[in-house]
Amino acid sequence: MKKIEAIIKPFKLDDVKNALSKVGVQGLTAYEVKGFGRQKGHTEVYRGAEYRVDFVPKVKLEIMVDDDLASQVVDTILNSARTGKIGDGKIFVFPAEDVIRIRTGERGKDAI
Amino acid sequence: MQHINSGDTAWMLVATALVMFMTPGLALFYGGMVRSKNVLGTIMHSFIMLGVGTIVWVLYGYSLAFGPDKFHLIGDLSWIGLRDVGMAPNANYAATIPHILFMAFQMMFAVITPALITGAFAERIKFSSFLVFMVAWMTLVYSPIAHWVWGVGGWIRNLGALDFAGGTVVHINAAFAALAAVLIIGKRKGFMKEAMHPHNLPMTILGAAMLWFGWFGFNAGSALTSGGLAAVAFVVTHIATAAAALGWILIEKIKTGKPTTLGAASGAVAGLVAITPAAGFVGPIAAIAIGFTAGIVCYLAVGLKFKFGYDDALDVVGVHGVGGIIGALLTGVFASTVINPAGANGLVHGNPALLGKQLIAVAVTIGYTFVASFIILKVIDAIMGLRVSEEDEITGLDLSQHSEIGYALGGFGGGTLEHGASGSVFQPETSSEPSYAMQTNPLNERL
Repeated sequence: MKKIEAIIKPFKLDDVKNALSKVGVQGLTAYEVKGFGRQKGHTEVYRGAEYRVDFVPKVKLEIMVDDDLASQVVDTILNSARTGKIGDGKIFVFPAEDVIRIRTGERGKDAI
Repeated sequence: MQHINSGDTAWMLVATALVMFMTPGLALFYGGMVRSKNVLGTIMHSFIMLGVGTIVWVLYGYSLAFGPDKFHLIGDLSWIGLRDVGMAPNANYAATIPHILFMAFQMMFAVITPALITGAFAERIKFSSFLVFMVAWMTLVYSPIAHWVWGVGGWIRNLGALDFAGGTVVHINAAFAALAAVLIIGKRKGFMKEAMHPHNLPMTILGAAMLWFGWFGFNAGSALTSGGLAAVAFVVTHIATAAAALGWILIEKIKTGKPTTLGAASGAVAGLVAITPAAGFVGPIAAIAIGFTAGIVCYLAVGLKFKFGYDDALDVVGVHGVGGIIGALLTGVFASTVINPAGANGLVHGNPALLGKQLIAVAVTIGYTFVASFIILKVIDAIMGLRVSEEDEITGLDLSQHSEIGYALGGFGGGTLEHGASGSVFQPETSSEPSYAMQTNPLNERL
């Protein structure tokens, strides 16, 4: 099993989720996060005082998948989250030890 | 100096303040319905009209609308900068209150009417273009139409159509300018594809309640005196609004299974719109009929934008346009000289001719405001562009147009101070003491 984490642009979340559903992903977790990278942040101004904000809002996805599906999931995220502009995000793939469904106690592939 | 009535003057001072309060009410009503990244931009569209509308009105708008008539079409410029608009009453408009108070009351109408349009192009208009549009629209559309309907010598006023508090001048006028704006500016990115839910309904409902409250000044104040007529207008305004809120949630319950809070708020506003032209001319039972009809028909009307694919973002046409037309036509049905001897009888009181006059007033207002607004917007679009860039639209109006965010709830990553208000460059402190940025940035304080 693999754990796939992806940092994406927030407005791409629905596109990515719909694309992943089509390739057989049955669930994922999404967080609102902030981070900085190569994409520039922005300036906010309050009563003339300027603030430099480097942290950019992003959405982080966590998806557990069987090994067979991992590369397809990565490709799907690549295609559905890409705008071609800086700040499209990154995908991280990790080996995963186990998955347990709390309701039934099922483990491994069956619990995904 | 003609005789000033202190009771009338006291009431009109209060009514003027009540109408002023509607514009921030509208700001919250609209602000809650957009996505959170556009909350400030949307609130600003209404709020800043208290600035723009006021100054335009004082400089020349009032004179164009109410100044001495030219050709039954427009006022002249003899009251420019409020020249000759002083403490003495103007008997043509309100014989018992200071002329300057009548001007101020009308000023609040001139402020909120353009603000109503902003619901149509919410979430995608460029702020600079918005300001230019508003000045042009007040000059070329609002002031002439106000003159036709309310100005002494205005041709719709002479025709004998009834509009107690501004169903045509305010609501139909704003709504069909809104329709022109929707057609020219185009859909929001993702319209009819992605969710564009209201981000803060409590804010919207609070705004609707402020509108309801302020509308007592709008309608009962339009009596321009403190007495029986103002009291009738006050009461029927409340009754129609109550009936419309109920009408909307009833049809909603039938159509989709649940009565919603946004529905109750929208229904209330539809009722307020519909009773506006009728307020000083109809009785309580007619008010129920007008409000209930508006609640149901406006509910059906706001669904049409998805059929046509028009992105009237906050339903200006469905609520103010359709509600305004219902109100204007039903005034022609239910108006009674028992309520207001200075008015006229409507269809149910044996005078079908009034309905015809109401129809003419509605049709002419729609025709003029749509065409004139369309041309104004086309010209502005060609010269400076109406829409923000796609990137700015995705970012949201709050950051892209105003460099602010509405909700700083994140608690981290709020940024560091670069320049103080004076423009002086901030020098980061090298000592271990807390830096100036840490002390003054409200976001950092939450760390």
